[in-house]
Amino acid sequence: MGLLDIDNLHVSLPTPRGDVQAVAGVSLSLMPGRALGIVGESGSGKTMLSRAVLRLLPRSAKVAGRIAFDGRDVMALDARALRDLRGREMAVVFQDPMTSLNPVLSIGMQITETLREHFGTPRGEALARAAALLASVGIPEPERRLRQFPHELSGGMRQRVAIAIALACEPKLLFADEPTSALDVTVQAQILDLLAAERARRHMALVLITHDLGVVAGRTEELAVMYAGRIMEHGSTREVFKHTRHPYTRALLAAIPRLDRKPHEPLAAIGGTLPDPTRRPPGCAFAPRCPRAEAGCLVARDALPARGESAHLSACWREAEDLKVQA
Amino acid sequence: MSAPEGLAVVMPAAAEPLVRRPRAGMGWLFWCSLGWVALVLLAAACAQWLPLPDPTRMSLMSRAQGMSAAHWLGTDGLGRDLLARVVYGARVSMTVGLLAPLIATFVGGALGLMAGYWRGWFGKFAMGAMDVLLTFPPIVLMLVLTAYLGASLTNLTVVLAVLFIPVAARISRAVTLALVQREFVVAARALGATDARIMLREILPLLVLPMLSFFLFSVAVVIVLEGALSFLALGLPPPTPTWGNMIGEGRNLLESAPHVAFVPACVMFITVLALNLIGDAVRAVAEPNRGH
Repeated sequence: MGLLDIDNLHVSLPTPRGDVQAVAGVSLSLMPGRALGIVGESGSGKTMLSRAVLRLLPRSAKVAGRIAFDGRDVMALDARALRDLRGREMAVVFQDPMTSLNPVLSIGMQITETLREHFGTPRGEALARAAALLASVGIPEPERRLRQFPHELSGGMRQRVAIAIALACEPKLLFADEPTSALDVTVQAQILDLLAAERARRHMALVLITHDLGVVAGRTEELAVMYAGRIMEHGSTREVFKHTRHPYTRALLAAIPRLDRKPHEPLAAIGGTLPDPTRRPPGCAFAPRCPRAEAGCLVARDALPARGESAHLSACWREAEDLKVQA
Repeated sequence: MSAPEGLAVVMPAAAEPLVRRPRAGMGWLFWCSLGWVALVLLAAACAQWLPLPDPTRMSLMSRAQGMSAAHWLGTDGLGRDLLARVVYGARVSMTVGLLAPLIATFVGGALGLMAGYWRGWFGKFAMGAMDVLLTFPPIVLMLVLTAYLGASLTNLTVVLAVLFIPVAARISRAVTLALVQREFVVAARALGATDARIMLREILPLLVLPMLSFFLFSVAVVIVLEGALSFLALGLPPPTPTWGNMIGEGRNLLESAPHVAFVPACVMFITVLALNLIGDAVRAVAEPNRGH
């Protein structure tokens, strides 16, 4: 049993057009101190998955399945226990530091609030800790920054502040939801390296959610590829990159622009669009866009084999056939 | 190195029109308005120490006089000094004008904040009650209440406050509804903040300016409403001077001595205008889309 165990999680959100199945049967497990990357295109349900774990979904959302954090059933926690869990044991870094920081509160106030709320740290002590935190996330002149407001800082600095806030209470698990998508390319690597360094130093588990395979490469130990609310492929990051098994992951990798290609060569794109989330196809969700799909794929449900069989899992049932043929 | 230096010489000239953009509404009009309101407040607060004649002492020898050294703004139909009456009248107008909006802003603001945050049964119930309050015609409501409770400063203040609570609640709820969607509120919740902390620390600071703007606007409206009530003899009874009953009493002399009605009307006009100008300046600052 790991730090975080998700078992057959379903999340559906009611819309006027019918229920949207944002997450459709996801099982995951994360050990303390490990880093997991969740990759998927927009609408694949990766953000809803993280929101479900923190119970930040809209009240109308229907959630089924089991989420256990440190052996506790997250779905069954009362308001008080939930508040103690959030921030103190699990924290989040959001995509856009422009919107995730309160524009009218000073940086110092935003960091110390969390400390004072969870530990009742006295003001002076909390401010000193806030300054130390800012220094540790690589912000120069931390004492001066404490009195500044978010609009006085650059995007990269703001995201560092957001990370400092998330780290303030030494959480055991940090969700980083597209932490670099709103930042300049030059700053992205710095922020990702900072997250990796802080994770190693604190022995904290990290879930890195992104649409960019380049972000998770080399920075996470495990990788889960999501498509239409399901996990398509799951394994160690190295294995998934080296011995890609699912056609969707292969298509994603092929779509990354490469410097060593000839100029003006068209980029490989995945044809088609995500299936309508209110009307899911009966078979494999990726089948309509899959180059290897055949009649059976449209009927047979994709399913990730039960865990434990292998460290590297793929939801493509045709691949199992291939292996049989080889054997 | 030479290219950037060359740029540095060209850049300021090109950027100048941008820098000279006028600052939002804080011109001389704003400061004049603030000065006038401060003067009225100060005069009203210190009325009994000012070298003014008794505002209720009648003198039949000097009725409806024009401006003179003895009576700077002249006298009314009963020979009472108009300057003294305007200053003492400011006490009632400003007390009601400040207290009623203050109560409305706090009570309505808090209700709206909670109704916007808890959109379940509480929000529906609170806003439903506000809508019911809004359907009463204000003059009729005040007529009924003053008829039953009598006209006193307290009753006048409470009635006007109750009338403005729904408006304050709607503004505060609308702002809160927009803020609750913002990511920093989700972020605060993700950090384990309580509902009270999110409301007081994350949302309230952003409510202050819109509510201040509402407050200033409603002070102006309440001063006029108090005037209208006094004019209709629903406000404070004579001989207590208020701007409204002064205008009402001056109505009979409009042909022979128009200044008796015009002096309090002008003072009320300038005060309301000043308050609106201050309110506009505050709203300009509060506007979220004025850029960074």
